[in-house]
Amino acid sequence: MNAITRLATAVSLACALPLSAVAADNGTVEVLHWWTSGGEAAAVQTLKQQIEKDGFTWKDNAVAGGGGAAAMTVLKSRAVAGNPPAAAQIKGPDIQEWGALGLLTELDEVASANHWDQLLPAKLTPIWKYDGHYVAVPVNIHRVNWLWINPQVFEKAGAKVPETLDELFAAADKLKAAGFQPLAHGGQPWQDSTVFESLVLSVLGPQGYHKAFVELDEQTLTGAKMIETFQALQRLAGYMDPNRAGRDWNIAAAEVITGKAGMQIMGDWAKSEWTAAHKVAGSDYQCVPFPGTQGSFTYNIDSLAMFKLSNANDIKAQNDLAKVALEKPFQTAFNQNKGSLPVRQDMDMSQFDACTQRSAKDFAEASKGDGLQPSMAHNMASSLAVQGAIFDVVSNFLNDPKADPAKAAKQLSAAIKASR
Amino acid sequence: MNTATARLRASPLDALQRWLPKLVLAPSMLIVLVGFYGYIGWTLVLSFTQSTFMPNYRWAGLTQYLKLLDNDRWWVASKNLAVFGGLFIGISLVLGVLLAVLLDQRIRREGFIRTIYLYPMALSMIVTGTAWKWLLNPGLGLDKLLRDWGWEGFRFDWLVDPERVVYCLVIAAVWQASGFVMALFLAGLRGVDPSIIRAAQVDGASLPRIYLRIVLPSLRPVFFSAVMILAHIAIKSFDLVAAMTAGGPGYASDLPAMFMYSFTFSRGQMGMGSASAILMLGAILAILVPYLYSELRNKRHE
Amino acid sequence: MNSHRLRWFSPSRLAIHGTLLVACAVYLIPLLVMLLTSFKSPDDIRTGNLLSWPEVVTGIGWFKAWDSVGGYFWNSVKITVPAVLASTLIGALNGYVLSMWRFRGSQLFFGLLLFGCFLPFQTVLLPASFTLGKLGLASTTTGLVLVHIVYGLAFTTLFFRNYYCSVPQALVQAARLDGAGFFTIFGRILLPMSLPIIMVCLIWQFTQIWNDFLFGVVFASGDAQPITVALNNLVNTSTGVKEYNVDMAAAMIAGLPTLLVYVVAGKYFLRGLTAGAVKG
Repeated sequence: MNAITRLATAVSLACALPLSAVAADNGTVEVLHWWTSGGEAAAVQTLKQQIEKDGFTWKDNAVAGGGGAAAMTVLKSRAVAGNPPAAAQIKGPDIQEWGALGLLTELDEVASANHWDQLLPAKLTPIWKYDGHYVAVPVNIHRVNWLWINPQVFEKAGAKVPETLDELFAAADKLKAAGFQPLAHGGQPWQDSTVFESLVLSVLGPQGYHKAFVELDEQTLTGAKMIETFQALQRLAGYMDPNRAGRDWNIAAAEVITGKAGMQIMGDWAKSEWTAAHKVAGSDYQCVPFPGTQGSFTYNIDSLAMFKLSNANDIKAQNDLAKVALEKPFQTAFNQNKGSLPVRQDMDMSQFDACTQRSAKDFAEASKGDGLQPSMAHNMASSLAVQGAIFDVVSNFLNDPKADPAKAAKQLSAAIKASR
Repeated sequence: MNTATARLRASPLDALQRWLPKLVLAPSMLIVLVGFYGYIGWTLVLSFTQSTFMPNYRWAGLTQYLKLLDNDRWWVASKNLAVFGGLFIGISLVLGVLLAVLLDQRIRREGFIRTIYLYPMALSMIVTGTAWKWLLNPGLGLDKLLRDWGWEGFRFDWLVDPERVVYCLVIAAVWQASGFVMALFLAGLRGVDPSIIRAAQVDGASLPRIYLRIVLPSLRPVFFSAVMILAHIAIKSFDLVAAMTAGGPGYASDLPAMFMYSFTFSRGQMGMGSASAILMLGAILAILVPYLYSELRNKRHE
Repeated sequence: MNSHRLRWFSPSRLAIHGTLLVACAVYLIPLLVMLLTSFKSPDDIRTGNLLSWPEVVTGIGWFKAWDSVGGYFWNSVKITVPAVLASTLIGALNGYVLSMWRFRGSQLFFGLLLFGCFLPFQTVLLPASFTLGKLGLASTTTGLVLVHIVYGLAFTTLFFRNYYCSVPQALVQAARLDGAGFFTIFGRILLPMSLPIIMVCLIWQFTQIWNDFLFGVVFASGDAQPITVALNNLVNTSTGVKEYNVDMAAAMIAGLPTLLVYVVAGKYFLRGLTAGAVKG
């Protein structure tokens, strides 16, 4: 029993110390987020340190799970209780929903003092504005349409890095013949749809993509091109591990890293896995745009939306957070860890690796035309209800080897209609 | 003591005494009225609204229910619950009874064995779900293990088979709850009068027959408790699905509790989520209340 | 009912022992997998199989796990202890009234309470947040404890009510005739004989509340989160490198108190159940 008592004392002391060390109340900023992995958590630490250096208290509220689904439940409950946190990690269209509820605060003062209009990519600013006012601050830009390749495996199989869909299938056949798993994939709905949206972008092009996922145009959704996309998806499924159901994406990434599989279709966060395995971009692994989507860029952006507060000191802390989140030190640390692109457009890109530099170049190019598109699988293109409906159809299609592509296209359109 | 004089002596206090039981129960009554039925009422109201992202009160009539009944995922989830609930309750009962009866045969180290059967109940599914996910995964777990050990033809891929994945949920759930059922029945067996069994043995009845015909039927109340607890676990199964399959492959292993949660919170269709919650409660009401009523009424006379 | 004699080494005896031992092995496999994994290195996990012995036994997983979830251990204690005690006490009083002081409508109340057991907790999240907000208890440990008490009541009341139903009413009637009051009867007669059911109730509630994730994540904020939330943050982080040895060690740390309760107090649990908790 004595040992337990001692343990309990130790635990209570360990808990009590940091609490008593908290500084006098200069204003607290509570941040609800799901940046909990090693690299992300380290990046959040840099944000926290800066806030504390500025004399404010940081209250961390991390809730992992379901790509932020658990955190959203918490946020909704907090909002209903009339007690939302100062800042919450929120995705694209949801910011508008929260804005419509009248819960978000205006950040115009911070924005104009720090020239956000010049710093942020002009095409994307509507995401962070509600009713013409800034209500959220972006922290990064992820690119989703990437293909990750293990060049050693490709070399052994005599496969060529694919630039078109046909080349992708050819490479996959070679990998398969050489005894490798051609495509590493985890059977989770968002992963299934990540592959699907890249295929849509490749087959329908950026304009078709926009019509399908943003305008939800029925003709595009049931058209011949969409059926062709489903056919391609079915073909790709043949190159995936039949035991993939429920597999986390990073386990799939590990299969490519260890040379069991040849490639993976995944967003740029996959890079953090390669980095953690001490691999170097360009030599140990290759990142190429998903075949047929060169020059296009599907984005997935994390933002911190700011909620209305009453305490004047807390508002100061909140404004400080909004400012610091866009400052260079945090943008560098955070995005190096996450594998994403800094959202600030005046960064020195030489501190980033080959993949991110390529990403920055493609981003600039895509911004000029129609190439810049919101990611459907990552809740940037449509409401959650529509996204859920698409997920259901795509995942069910992918899990049924006998599914009919033409029927799937019809189901897709019907499900979207029902969810609106 | 004369009751008339007693009443005369302590009239105000006596009045208090008579009200005291109700007074003690009052806070709980309030809690039940607000925290259970008030909230159910609120959910009922929401199910008739156009609530999407957050609650709103724009009337939608029966639209949400119609949409729900038209939703394939909801039917998959409901059918899964029927299969899962039936198998889970049935197998847990059989296994629990069997282990309890065997353990009741003067086993040495009974306490130790009992603890082994009981421990899964102590762990949450967030914890054990990952372990089960591995064990049942074809590339990683039992499947690979048995082939590594030389059983080449062994194939166990239920977890990735949309038709069979629900049985994986049953396996993990039975593992978690059957030990508890065992404890309930073991406790019940300890309360059975030994002389009944002795008398039956003198009459020449075999042991299995005695259990089947005499002992187990006398444990009817234990069955009631066990079914109540198991049904409650089955209907609320959420952590289990979330940790093991997250409803997949596709939505083949979805359950109503999971459906309700994801539509209400993650998929921004709060009205439909509420409608599913109401249908769930309605189904529970239809199945459970007759059972509850008959069991409670039977005991009135005691 | 251990009265019947059987020879120790009869075939049926062997079959019984055999079955029990096989069942033990099956029940232990997941725990074994978790334990083995927690002592492996990440490379070892990738290459070995689930039940292979660690190439090198390493405690690094446990240290890392303690670093990330250890700090939340005390939060869980602060939430669990008051919630368990309060819900048990109120359950005892409720059970006492519902068994010994029945009045018009008390059976109905009991039925309503039982039905409430089946309410999926996901439905109450938003209205409960709203209520707590109005009470000024949003995102406080007190609020979370209150929620646990409210949704624990159904089971604690059920346990005590069923237990007290097996106590002869005559006992209470006699005490009433002797002039003993409501609380005197409870304190002097029923409470002293309630130890077994109190143990059942405490163990049940402790397990439920300690293992709760849903209420903890919604109603506790930031640095007051219970250990299950910290565990979830560790296990359910989908970006970044997965260290399964850390996950498993953290899971064991989070589950340790409940495991301990079952191992140490398991016999009281069975005793309590025997003493009447399961009698309808």
